[in-house]
Amino acid sequence: MADLYTVNKSPFEKNSLEAVIRFSTEGAAILMLEDGVYGATKGTVVESMITGAENKKFYALGSDLKARGIAEDRVIDGVELVDYAGFVDLVEANEKVQAWL
Amino acid sequence: MKLAIQVNEGPYQHQASDSAYHFTKAALEKGHEVFRVFFYHDGVLNSTRLTTPPQDDRHIVNRWTELAEQHDLDLVVCVAAAQRRGIVDDGEAERNGKDATNIAPKFRISGLGQLVEAAIQSDRLVVFGD
Repeated sequence: MADLYTVNKSPFEKNSLEAVIRFSTEGAAILMLEDGVYGATKGTVVESMITGAENKKFYALGSDLKARGIAEDRVIDGVELVDYAGFVDLVEANEKVQAWL
Repeated sequence: MKLAIQVNEGPYQHQASDSAYHFTKAALEKGHEVFRVFFYHDGVLNSTRLTTPPQDDRHIVNRWTELAEQHDLDLVVCVAAAQRRGIVDDGEAERNGKDATNIAPKFRISGLGQLVEAAIQSDRLVVFGD
Protein backbone atom coordinates (compact mmCIF):
# COMPACT_ATOMS: atom_id res chain seq x y z
CA MET A 1 0.00 0.00 0.00
CA ALA A 2 1.28 3.44 -0.88
CA ASP A 3 0.91 6.76 0.91
CA LEU A 4 -1.34 9.72 0.18
CA TYR A 5 0.04 13.25 0.34
CA THR A 6 -2.13 16.36 0.32
CA VAL A 7 -0.97 19.75 -0.95
CA ASN A 8 -3.21 22.74 -0.20
CA LYS A 9 -1.03 25.68 -1.21
CA SER A 10 -0.32 27.06 -4.68
CA PRO A 11 3.12 26.11 -6.08
CA PHE A 12 3.52 29.84 -6.86
CA GLU A 13 3.20 30.66 -3.14
CA LYS A 14 5.06 27.80 -1.45
CA ASN A 15 7.35 25.01 -2.59
CA SER A 16 5.27 22.27 -0.96
CA LEU A 17 4.33 20.63 -4.28
CA GLU A 18 7.96 20.49 -5.37
CA ALA A 19 8.98 19.12 -1.95
CA VAL A 20 6.28 16.48 -1.96
CA ILE A 21 7.26 15.29 -5.44
CA ARG A 22 10.86 14.98 -4.30
CA PHE A 23 10.31 13.37 -0.91
CA SER A 24 7.14 11.29 -1.29
CA THR A 25 7.45 7.52 -1.19
CA GLU A 26 7.42 5.16 -4.17
CA GLY A 27 3.99 4.90 -5.77
CA ALA A 28 2.66 7.89 -3.85
CA ALA A 29 -0.71 9.45 -4.51
CA ILE A 30 -0.54 13.26 -4.42
CA LEU A 31 -3.83 15.14 -4.01
CA MET A 32 -3.94 18.86 -4.79
CA LEU A 33 -6.75 20.75 -3.06
CA GLU A 34 -7.64 24.32 -2.07
CA ASP A 35 -5.03 26.68 -3.64
CA GLY A 36 -2.96 23.58 -4.35
CA VAL A 37 -5.08 22.97 -7.47
CA TYR A 38 -3.21 25.77 -9.27
CA GLY A 39 -0.42 23.19 -9.58
CA ALA A 40 -2.71 21.05 -11.74
CA THR A 41 -3.12 23.66 -14.49
CA LYS A 42 -1.49 23.34 -17.90
CA GLY A 43 1.12 25.70 -19.25
CA THR A 44 2.85 26.76 -16.04
CA VAL A 45 6.47 26.40 -14.96
CA VAL A 46 5.52 23.56 -12.61
CA GLU A 47 3.76 21.45 -15.26
CA SER A 48 6.95 19.54 -16.11
CA MET A 49 7.46 18.64 -12.43
CA ILE A 50 4.17 16.75 -12.56
CA THR A 51 4.50 15.24 -16.02
CA GLY A 52 8.11 14.27 -15.30
CA ALA A 53 7.49 12.65 -11.91
CA GLU A 54 7.99 8.91 -12.07
CA ASN A 55 5.89 6.45 -10.13
CA LYS A 56 3.57 9.09 -8.62
CA LYS A 57 -0.11 9.51 -9.26
CA PHE A 58 -1.65 12.99 -9.17
CA TYR A 59 -5.18 13.97 -8.22
CA ALA A 60 -6.96 17.32 -7.91
CA LEU A 61 -10.20 18.21 -6.12
CA GLY A 62 -12.70 19.14 -8.84
CA SER A 63 -14.78 21.54 -6.73
CA ASP A 64 -11.69 23.57 -5.78
CA LEU A 65 -10.73 23.87 -9.47
CA LYS A 66 -14.26 24.99 -10.29
CA ALA A 67 -14.25 27.53 -7.44
CA ARG A 68 -11.15 29.07 -9.02
CA GLY A 69 -12.58 29.17 -12.53
CA ILE A 70 -10.22 26.52 -13.86
CA ALA A 71 -12.03 24.46 -16.50
CA GLU A 72 -11.33 20.73 -16.77
CA ASP A 73 -9.68 21.14 -20.19
CA ARG A 74 -6.98 23.27 -18.54
CA VAL A 75 -5.97 20.44 -16.22
CA ILE A 76 -2.70 18.64 -16.99
CA ASP A 77 -3.26 15.31 -18.77
CA GLY A 78 -2.96 12.41 -16.36
CA VAL A 79 -4.14 14.38 -13.32
CA GLU A 80 -7.31 12.69 -12.14
CA LEU A 81 -10.15 14.82 -10.79
CA VAL A 82 -11.92 13.66 -7.64
CA ASP A 83 -14.77 14.93 -5.47
CA TYR A 84 -14.87 14.70 -1.65
CA ALA A 85 -16.14 11.12 -1.85
CA GLY A 86 -13.14 10.36 -4.09
CA PHE A 87 -10.88 12.04 -1.51
CA VAL A 88 -12.30 9.68 1.13
CA ASP A 89 -11.63 6.71 -1.19
CA LEU A 90 -8.01 7.85 -1.64
CA VAL A 91 -7.58 8.03 2.14
CA GLU A 92 -8.93 4.49 2.42
CA ALA A 93 -6.85 3.13 -0.47
CA ASN A 94 -3.56 4.41 0.94
CA GLU A 95 -1.82 3.28 4.09
CA LYS A 96 -1.00 6.71 5.53
CA VAL A 97 -2.07 10.28 4.85
CA GLN A 98 0.47 13.07 5.09
CA ALA A 99 -0.72 16.68 4.81
CA TRP A 100 2.19 18.61 3.30
CA LEU A 101 1.48 21.85 5.14
CA MET B 1 -12.63 2.67 8.10
CA LYS B 2 -12.16 4.60 11.33
CA LEU B 3 -11.00 8.20 10.85
CA ALA B 4 -9.51 10.92 13.01
CA ILE B 5 -9.63 14.48 11.70
CA GLN B 6 -7.36 17.33 12.79
CA VAL B 7 -8.21 20.97 12.03
CA ASN B 8 -5.39 23.50 12.48
CA GLU B 9 -6.90 26.57 10.87
CA GLY B 10 -9.56 29.04 11.99
CA PRO B 11 -12.88 29.59 10.23
CA TYR B 12 -13.13 32.06 7.32
CA GLN B 13 -9.33 32.20 7.11
CA HIS B 14 -8.35 30.19 4.06
CA GLN B 15 -10.21 27.00 3.30
CA ALA B 16 -9.00 24.28 5.65
CA SER B 17 -12.01 24.34 7.96
CA ASP B 18 -14.33 24.04 4.95
CA SER B 19 -12.27 21.22 3.46
CA ALA B 20 -12.26 19.37 6.78
CA TYR B 21 -16.03 19.72 7.10
CA HIS B 22 -16.76 18.53 3.55
CA PHE B 23 -14.32 15.64 3.91
CA THR B 24 -15.84 14.58 7.25
CA LYS B 25 -19.37 14.79 5.82
CA ALA B 26 -18.41 12.75 2.75
CA ALA B 27 -16.75 10.10 4.94
CA LEU B 28 -19.85 9.80 7.14
CA GLU B 29 -22.10 9.58 4.08
CA LYS B 30 -19.98 6.70 2.81
CA GLY B 31 -20.55 4.90 6.09
CA HIS B 32 -17.11 5.40 7.63
CA GLU B 33 -16.70 6.05 11.33
CA VAL B 34 -15.25 9.37 12.50
CA PHE B 35 -13.67 8.62 15.86
CA ARG B 36 -12.92 12.25 16.70
CA VAL B 37 -12.40 15.72 15.21
CA PHE B 38 -9.59 17.50 17.02
CA PHE B 39 -9.27 21.30 16.79
CA TYR B 40 -5.75 22.54 17.33
CA HIS B 41 -3.85 25.86 16.99
CA ASP B 42 -6.13 28.51 15.35
CA GLY B 43 -8.52 25.65 14.62
CA VAL B 44 -9.96 26.11 18.12
CA LEU B 45 -11.66 29.28 16.83
CA ASN B 46 -14.11 27.00 15.00
CA SER B 47 -15.75 26.37 18.37
CA THR B 48 -17.03 29.77 19.56
CA ARG B 49 -20.81 30.06 19.51
CA LEU B 50 -20.47 33.88 19.38
CA THR B 51 -19.56 33.63 15.69
CA THR B 52 -22.03 35.66 13.61
CA PRO B 53 -21.33 35.54 9.88
CA PRO B 54 -23.60 37.42 7.40
CA GLN B 55 -26.89 35.56 6.91
CA ASP B 56 -26.12 34.61 3.31
CA ASP B 57 -22.76 33.09 4.27
CA ARG B 58 -22.16 29.59 5.58
CA HIS B 59 -22.07 29.32 9.38
CA ILE B 60 -18.93 27.25 9.90
CA VAL B 61 -19.39 26.83 13.67
CA ASN B 62 -23.08 25.83 13.55
CA ARG B 63 -22.31 23.50 10.66
CA TRP B 64 -19.90 21.52 12.83
CA THR B 65 -22.41 21.46 15.69
CA GLU B 66 -25.18 20.21 13.39
CA LEU B 67 -22.96 17.50 11.87
CA ALA B 68 -22.00 16.42 15.40
CA GLU B 69 -25.66 16.27 16.44
CA GLN B 70 -26.57 14.16 13.42
CA HIS B 71 -23.71 11.70 13.77
CA ASP B 72 -22.83 11.98 17.45
CA LEU B 73 -19.35 13.24 16.63
CA ASP B 74 -16.76 13.92 19.29
CA LEU B 75 -15.52 17.49 18.65
CA VAL B 76 -12.52 18.15 20.89
CA VAL B 77 -10.81 21.51 21.32
CA CYS B 78 -7.20 21.65 22.55
CA VAL B 79 -7.18 23.23 26.00
CA ALA B 80 -3.87 25.10 25.75
CA ALA B 81 -4.73 26.52 22.32
CA ALA B 82 -8.22 27.40 23.60
CA GLN B 83 -6.94 29.26 26.66
CA ARG B 84 -4.60 31.36 24.52
CA ARG B 85 -7.41 32.30 22.15
CA GLY B 86 -10.22 32.87 24.66
CA ILE B 87 -12.31 29.76 24.04
CA VAL B 88 -14.04 29.03 27.37
CA ASP B 89 -16.41 26.36 28.70
CA ASP B 90 -17.88 26.08 32.20
CA GLY B 91 -14.88 24.24 33.60
CA GLU B 92 -12.33 26.65 32.16
CA ALA B 93 -14.37 29.69 33.27
CA GLU B 94 -14.38 28.34 36.81
CA ARG B 95 -10.69 27.38 36.82
CA ASN B 96 -9.46 30.66 35.32
CA GLY B 97 -11.94 33.04 36.96
CA LYS B 98 -13.63 34.13 33.71
CA ASP B 99 -17.02 35.88 33.67
CA ALA B 100 -18.39 34.12 30.58
CA THR B 101 -18.21 31.07 28.34
CA ASN B 102 -18.39 30.89 24.57
CA ILE B 103 -18.04 27.26 23.55
CA ALA B 104 -20.56 26.06 20.98
CA PRO B 105 -22.81 23.03 21.60
CA LYS B 106 -21.26 19.58 21.00
CA PHE B 107 -17.68 20.88 21.37
CA ARG B 108 -15.64 20.00 24.44
CA ILE B 109 -12.30 21.26 25.69
CA SER B 110 -9.68 18.65 26.49
CA GLY B 111 -6.00 17.88 26.19
CA LEU B 112 -3.57 16.84 23.50
CA GLY B 113 -3.81 13.27 24.75
CA GLN B 114 -7.15 13.13 22.94
CA LEU B 115 -5.36 13.72 19.64
CA VAL B 116 -2.82 11.00 20.37
CA GLU B 117 -5.58 8.58 21.37
CA ALA B 118 -7.54 9.41 18.20
CA ALA B 119 -4.46 8.78 16.07
CA ILE B 120 -3.87 5.42 17.76
CA GLN B 121 -7.49 4.27 17.67
CA SER B 122 -8.15 5.30 14.06
CA ASP B 123 -7.06 3.72 10.78
CA ARG B 124 -6.12 7.12 9.33
CA LEU B 125 -5.45 10.61 10.69
CA VAL B 126 -6.27 13.32 8.14
CA VAL B 127 -4.91 16.81 8.85
CA PHE B 128 -6.31 20.07 7.49
CA GLY B 129 -4.64 23.42 8.00
CA ASP B 130 -2.05 25.93 6.88
